[in-house]
Amino acid sequence: MSYSFRFDPIELPQEAKELRSEVRAFLREEAEAGTLSAGSGEGSFSREFSRKVGAKGWIGMTWPKKYGGHERSHLERYVVIEEMLAARAPTRAHSTADRQSGPVILRYGQEEIRQKILPQIARGELCFCIGLSEPNSGSDVFAASTRATRTDGGWRVNGRKIWTSNAHQADYMIALLRTSPPTKENRRHGLTQFLVDMKAPGITIRPIINLSGAHDFNEVVFDDAFLPHSHLIGGVDMAWTQATDELAYERSGPDRWIETFPCLVELVRRAGEEPDERLAEGIGREVAHLATLRRMSLSVAGMLQAGKTPSVEAAVVKDLGTNFEQALPDKVRLLAPPIGDSQPDSNDDRFEEALRHATLIAPKLTIQGGTREVLRGIIARGLGLR
Amino acid sequence: MGSIPPLPPFFAVFSGPPMTVPASCARRLAWTPVRMRSTRPIPFPDTAFSCVLAYFTMARRKRQRAQEMDDSTENIIIDTATRIFQDLCAPNTVNEAEKGVWPKALWDALAGSGLPLTWVPEELGGAGASVADGFAVLRVAGRFTAPVPLAETLMAGWLLARAGIAVPSGPLTIAPIHADGHIALTPGGTLTGRARKVPFARNARHIAVLAEQEGRMLVALVAATGLSINRAVSLAGEPRDDVSFDDVVPATAGPAAVDQNLLVGFGAAVRLQQMAGALERILEASVQYALDRSQFGRPIAKFQAIQHNLAILAGEVAAASAAAGAAAEACLNPDIPVSEIAIAKVRGGEAAGTGAAIAHQVHGAMGFTYEHSLHHATRRLWAWREEFGNEAMWAARLGRIVAERGADELWPLITAGS
Repeated sequence: MSYSFRFDPIELPQEAKELRSEVRAFLREEAEAGTLSAGSGEGSFSREFSRKVGAKGWIGMTWPKKYGGHERSHLERYVVIEEMLAARAPTRAHSTADRQSGPVILRYGQEEIRQKILPQIARGELCFCIGLSEPNSGSDVFAASTRATRTDGGWRVNGRKIWTSNAHQADYMIALLRTSPPTKENRRHGLTQFLVDMKAPGITIRPIINLSGAHDFNEVVFDDAFLPHSHLIGGVDMAWTQATDELAYERSGPDRWIETFPCLVELVRRAGEEPDERLAEGIGREVAHLATLRRMSLSVAGMLQAGKTPSVEAAVVKDLGTNFEQALPDKVRLLAPPIGDSQPDSNDDRFEEALRHATLIAPKLTIQGGTREVLRGIIARGLGLR
Repeated sequence: MGSIPPLPPFFAVFSGPPMTVPASCARRLAWTPVRMRSTRPIPFPDTAFSCVLAYFTMARRKRQRAQEMDDSTENIIIDTATRIFQDLCAPNTVNEAEKGVWPKALWDALAGSGLPLTWVPEELGGAGASVADGFAVLRVAGRFTAPVPLAETLMAGWLLARAGIAVPSGPLTIAPIHADGHIALTPGGTLTGRARKVPFARNARHIAVLAEQEGRMLVALVAATGLSINRAVSLAGEPRDDVSFDDVVPATAGPAAVDQNLLVGFGAAVRLQQMAGALERILEASVQYALDRSQFGRPIAKFQAIQHNLAILAGEVAAASAAAGAAAEACLNPDIPVSEIAIAKVRGGEAAGTGAAIAHQVHGAMGFTYEHSLHHATRRLWAWREEFGNEAMWAARLGRIVAERGADELWPLITAGS
């Protein structure tokens, strides 16, 4: 067996290069109009911005045209996403739907739902959240116990989801719900994916404030909430066969290494044109890591474009990427010239703002969307160790 | 053809005043590549060479048609190299080489296959294959920790080709290899200067020397016999000799569009391929060892701590491999962009350090013995990460480039090229 994972260089096609200029021009205009935030948690949500992105044709880019998509390549989509993230554009109102929920509906959803939901996502009109974690089901996804039981015309849902980002702003959730107990042979059996309308009766959303004081994630309580049959996504009890492919999309994207990038940009700004040797070396090291990660991440996008399912490679990128972005603020902190009275007023100091934000979000980066430990388990399995 | 530029017009290399050679020295100098090229056939070691040459040529033409990297071509070359190393580069060969025994069978097989002349154009007696082909071969050589100057001969061929100089047979190396390296060609036609840590100098039949004459760069081909060589070794026990070129008359010389920075950058790209190969090797060895070795009643591969360390190692290997790919790609540009090489050597160098440490931890005491072959790869990794600029040197260079361009140009720098 081959133990080494290949990350072949990708040469972006010409149309992707042209697209990059287009996206940069759009973002420049938005920046001048003051639409782009400095990137604190709540500022990054803007339905207005998402509709503009949708109008540009930059949501659901790879989906079929008949569902409102644009039939463009994964590499073109990659360019749009990385440019948006690098500019700290407020994409949260559409990013989850674009990255995960839409593809799941496209692949496993019922035709009626595809026709209704996907074009709205592509126009930037729908915000999605993901109902995976529960109080007793975190990394152990298949321990979920929130129950969906059959009833006239559909299903009744009871239970609790937790750590659900954007639930308070989302229009829909894709929830992983228990429809049967696990079997002796397969503990992953018995879970089913559903589309949940967040406005439906019987759903209560309670905020959970994170350590920075921001409201990002939530607890979502289901009390006899009703789901019509059409909201069933894929096979009953068979979610375990559906969930894994999408992770490759989720795990290797630019959002897995770029979250704290602004603090590096601001460090470079503060360093000036002629940094001393120590600072130059420190900046160089971080840039080397970043550029290599981007290369690997782009390479995974190339594998997706080629029709492969690079799950282990994606886990490698996410593990390296999240560790990098998590460690970055601390490196930047110690490289920066000492805080002193010659610097701008505290509230106008872009460097300090970027570093503060990066430091406060750092802990979640190796937890969300699959912890470091889970990822290393996946890589170890890819190596044939388990 | 990658980074090997089209040869200059036939006489351009020799017209004008490339260097001042007094009439008395002219005969001794004998820098007559014109004749070498046009009338003297380059001796083929054996027929295998022509076979390889034939498929290199075929492969190159095929690639030119396809205008893109062709996996199957690369695989033929990799297969050839792999077969030779599998047969003739056993751990004992590596140990013997460290004791000073020249691995003749291995070198002869490599020379017979034509692999050492991968980057030499056909007109100059080589295989005329692409930069990518040569780099692919070097990755395999790194995997097998081959104790021969294959990388150095390839580099010398590349350097000589840039000056339009035909390549002699036998092992070659290059000098100087450091950023501050300086060898001068005097108006009298002799070289002056010293180069430290020249890889395999004692084994080389010729050295391709990058020399300066009145502000112009030249490549000089120097016969190794008669050079003053002070023997020394790398961390891996490979020859890294100090060579003094004082009063040496080159066999031939010609102007070249190469400077010391470019040479160091190219050398870094070469070492990165070997490092990526050696890292692949230690990952493979570590996974196998973890599966084979039992403690507490089960294979240590079943312990989560071991699994996670090996997952980290796999990540570092992947990063080094991507970095090596990036460096190889950078070498397709004749100017070899500094920032691309810097990014790759910093990341690859870090991966070498982190990766070697994990491999040793997994192997326990066994991997710390001379008997076990793990050190063939790890000691080379420690040596190679330091050569052609270490992480600190390249990081500082990269940091200065980034700072000079300014904060708002950082993202365009990272996305440049793709």
